[in-house]
Amino acid sequence: MAALLSLQAVSKRYGAVQANAGIDLVVDPGSIHAILGENGAGKSTLMKLIYGVESPDAGVMLWKGQPVNLASPAEARAHGIGMVFQHFSLFETLSVVQNIALIVPGKQADLARRIRALGAEFGLEVDPEAMVHALSVGERQRVEIIRCLLLNPELLILDEPTSVLPPQSVARLFETLRALQARGMAILFISHKLEEIKELCDTATILRGGRVSGRVDPRGHSAKDLATLMIGRAMPPPLPATAQDPGEAWLELAGLSYRNDDPFGVSLHDLSLQARSGEIVGIAGISGNGQQELAALISGEIAAQGAGLRMMGQGVGRLGVAARRRLGFAFVPEERLGRGAVPEMSLADNALLTAHRAGLVARGFIRRAPERAFTAAIITRYDVRTPGPEAEAAALSGGNLQKFIMGREMMLDPKLLLVSQPTWGVDIGAATEIRQRLIAMRNAGAAILVISEELEELFQICDRLHVLHKGHLSPSLPVAETNAEAVGAYMIGSAA
Amino acid sequence: MNAVDFILAGMLAAATPMLLAALGEMVVERSGVLNLGLEGMMALGAALGFITTYSTGSHALGFVVAALGGAALSLLFALIVLGFVANQVAAGLAIGILGTGLSSLFGKNFESLTIDGLPKLALPGLSDLPVVGVLFVQDAVVWATAVLALAIWAVMTHSKLGLIIRAVGENPHAARAIGFGVLRVRCGAIAFGGALAGIAGAYASTVYTPLWADGMIAGRGWIALALVVFGTWMTGRVVFGAVLFGALSLGELTTQAAGVNIPSQLLACVPYVVTILMLAVISSNRRRMRLNTIASLGQPFER
Amino acid sequence: MRISFVRRDHASRPAMLLAPVVAFACAIVASVILFTALGKAPGQALYSLLLEPFLTWYNFSEVLLKMAPLLLIAQGLAIGFRANVFNIGAEGQLIIGAIAASALPVWYPQGDSALMLPAMLVMGAGAGMAWAAIAAMFRTRFNANEILVTLMLSLIAAQVLNYLLLGPWKDPHGFNFPQSVMFPDAALLPILLPGTRVNISLLFALVASVLAYVLMRHRFAGFQLLVGGLAPRAARYAGFSEARAIWLSLLLGGLAAGLAGAAEVAGPLGQLQRSVSLGYGYSAIIVAYLGGLNPLGIVVSAFVMSVIYIGGDNAMVSADLPVAAVWVFQGLLLCFYLAGLTFIRHRVSFSRKALP
Repeated sequence: MAALLSLQAVSKRYGAVQANAGIDLVVDPGSIHAILGENGAGKSTLMKLIYGVESPDAGVMLWKGQPVNLASPAEARAHGIGMVFQHFSLFETLSVVQNIALIVPGKQADLARRIRALGAEFGLEVDPEAMVHALSVGERQRVEIIRCLLLNPELLILDEPTSVLPPQSVARLFETLRALQARGMAILFISHKLEEIKELCDTATILRGGRVSGRVDPRGHSAKDLATLMIGRAMPPPLPATAQDPGEAWLELAGLSYRNDDPFGVSLHDLSLQARSGEIVGIAGISGNGQQELAALISGEIAAQGAGLRMMGQGVGRLGVAARRRLGFAFVPEERLGRGAVPEMSLADNALLTAHRAGLVARGFIRRAPERAFTAAIITRYDVRTPGPEAEAAALSGGNLQKFIMGREMMLDPKLLLVSQPTWGVDIGAATEIRQRLIAMRNAGAAILVISEELEELFQICDRLHVLHKGHLSPSLPVAETNAEAVGAYMIGSAA
Repeated sequence: MNAVDFILAGMLAAATPMLLAALGEMVVERSGVLNLGLEGMMALGAALGFITTYSTGSHALGFVVAALGGAALSLLFALIVLGFVANQVAAGLAIGILGTGLSSLFGKNFESLTIDGLPKLALPGLSDLPVVGVLFVQDAVVWATAVLALAIWAVMTHSKLGLIIRAVGENPHAARAIGFGVLRVRCGAIAFGGALAGIAGAYASTVYTPLWADGMIAGRGWIALALVVFGTWMTGRVVFGAVLFGALSLGELTTQAAGVNIPSQLLACVPYVVTILMLAVISSNRRRMRLNTIASLGQPFER
Repeated sequence: MRISFVRRDHASRPAMLLAPVVAFACAIVASVILFTALGKAPGQALYSLLLEPFLTWYNFSEVLLKMAPLLLIAQGLAIGFRANVFNIGAEGQLIIGAIAASALPVWYPQGDSALMLPAMLVMGAGAGMAWAAIAAMFRTRFNANEILVTLMLSLIAAQVLNYLLLGPWKDPHGFNFPQSVMFPDAALLPILLPGTRVNISLLFALVASVLAYVLMRHRFAGFQLLVGGLAPRAARYAGFSEARAIWLSLLLGGLAAGLAGAAEVAGPLGQLQRSVSLGYGYSAIIVAYLGGLNPLGIVVSAFVMSVIYIGGDNAMVSADLPVAAVWVFQGLLLCFYLAGLTFIRHRVSFSRKALP
């Protein structure tokens, strides 16, 4: 059988980073082919090369045996390649059918009819006239997939498609993909989740550090083997779970509501939760269900309406960000560049951003020596790989910058720490380290609230969980007494 | 002619320079670029348009040269902000100063010269209506502007080109990911906006008040920028705002003609004061601003 | 072959220092081409523009005289620009400052109190701040874009000036010229360099430069402004108030411009005139950017821009160049500089297209 797509020695460099180096890849027609690798392994870059978003620096790409040079996604689509992006390529201010009309020819009325028909056939129902900003993340993914299918591709690329889905919806997506495979379509499935790949894929190409580190049939290998190929060593062992007796409640939400004026945002309804000294409480749920709003309400970046928010035993609804931090609150936001750190500023100045009360400012003047010393301490204690305090935040890798921000906030010795998406885009080594730090901090008596999309992560480190869905919070679920299915039911709002 | 007739008859022509410039800028901003150099591009168009029409006697040629001049200046802006990824606010100011300077440099030898304007064309039937009939006696450029406004509305709301421009303005990275040339779209929009600004200036100097005087644009480029915000990037509302301002600027003349004893300098402030107030009224509705504001407006695009 | 910019890990210091120099050279080349096309003698124009200001002590002292308002205003504006608060209405704040400062000598043309001058300076600075405060209020209270509001306020200020000079404040013995009475000696700034027109406002500007340096380099308040400009969401995350940054930026800008306006009428003009500003408020924007928004860089760029101003005056006579040539030069200079800035954070990369 002739290969549908084959890459030979393809390379791509961005500045100092060799994202892809001499990649060989063969995709057969009708196969579901996994590209497995951890964050930063070069998966997304490789897909952008195949879809014509970027051009390779070197190497050859063959499509049905013929050399092709894709200068743009339009050319890739013309050849029969479709792609579903991880962070969707949809436009919020346009309707579903308008988004689709951008790349699919035809009258909008016809398109709407075809969207409905395809949706019914493959379990991808979505209202063609709906505005995209009003859709859930799962619905948006369906729109992306439909947009590809309308062009009858022979190869469909999906970039981390399950990262935005609750467990139940993953099963439904897999059914859709198998139905497409049955029609003869080849699928490139990018993921870092081993179990999913074993379940769905017939071939896997594994990337590590921009190079191919293995080519296997995932069904014949254990998750442990795959992990070793992926990270070059055995998976770190699970973290020791030691129960603690929780102490005082340092964060209390009692019926907190927030009406969002932002038409693209989410309103929160009657949220109640507690985070006590010596426990980690997790907020599970698909992003876009109010996570950002909840974090900003707790941090004080948006003002809470009415009472119902207490910190360290006192009402803080009227206090600003700085006042809450003075009470012993610290926060690691999900966006590292541009929110948790200023990209163009040095690490020293980025330490000053929130650690100024740790003796770095005297009578309004910045004290440079303590600033440097504090920064150097973060770098050594939290193992931040960087030339030094003068390095700019933007020059750090995602994992290192996250360790820096986490270190900065932890060095303030907070009573209450809020962490949003602690390991997004972070490699497995750094992720493990970060989780260990959180547990150590809990053991030292801090109250920690973790907002995360990674259910596995929450089960690893949390004592209790809540699920956030459409601005509503589930009751408290002790981790020891629940499981992924139960949490998943809350994630799609179908729990009793 | 009473005051109402006077305002009705003149407001569309008074609105036209601001409207042309604002429509162009609206398209530019829809693509995600803020070009603050409108005043300079209008001034350059006014000077070039006047010089050409004065020298050749052809209004049409004057408009063509003004459009090319405005587009050329805007392409310099495009080179700086798209090619060199520069700060759009600073680059817009630079272009504004440059355009204003060039206009007085070129116009130096034409100071206070005059030419003939364009004849008014009546729309048969409608122009015979009582009271509002005077609205339908306008010069060719006003009619063309009306058609253009309609065309821009249709393109922005109902065509694929309009969808692409809006997509690029909302999320340039996604637009690039699905294969649209962000820089190409923005460059085209900027050149279109520059050409319209040039034509707007030429209308002011060759038709509306057919003479050249240094500084004759007198803040109309800035008012046009404010009109885009006032119109929340929607064609119909921009047109409405421009006509309102046209009427307002005539109100100044009418008040004077009526012998009301207010110093003319203070009356001249009225449009500026109204601009500030209407910006406040529109912008203070944060929800509406969020719904309509172009998400990537003013942000440099890098891959 | 593809030419593209690649982001550097670190800002390049050489590029930072070279950008203004190269931009200056490019602006000269472009101007020469333009002047030649307009039939002017480019050699004579350049000689007048760039060299003549240095050839006589009088000319050079005039450069220092011009430098005072440009430097003062630019320092005020740069603070705001770094915080992403774009006050482009310094022209209006200067005019209102000049008007407010003129009130005392206009009402008391025979005044000889030693308090007259300090009072004028305070009134000028205060009025400039008040004028800018309108924009701050509209921005913080109503979310109205400060670029447009400050600009509109400038246009209004110019009309207010016209009104006063054509009406109530016109010198009754001034042959109907639109200008106020000449100020008494008690309303004039002391001369700094004897035998020239350079007055102590140059010292104000230099002191302001030092203060701006301390604020932006060593004060936590300055750091907060920088964060707000570079990453507004980081500023919100850290709890730095946006409203405070807007107020501080606009008030400082208005204060500097208002003081500069007062110093113009109490300095070289000695009366309130229609041409009180000569576009200093707009030129100061260019000065601020050309100095890299850095208090020390701005001292240099203010000097260079003053040379251009005086040189432009000379060129008007000797090379028959209109005043507008100075504006064209300034506009070109800023355009080239902004393009050059790119090289601070980017380097050029030439990449081959992949082979098929």
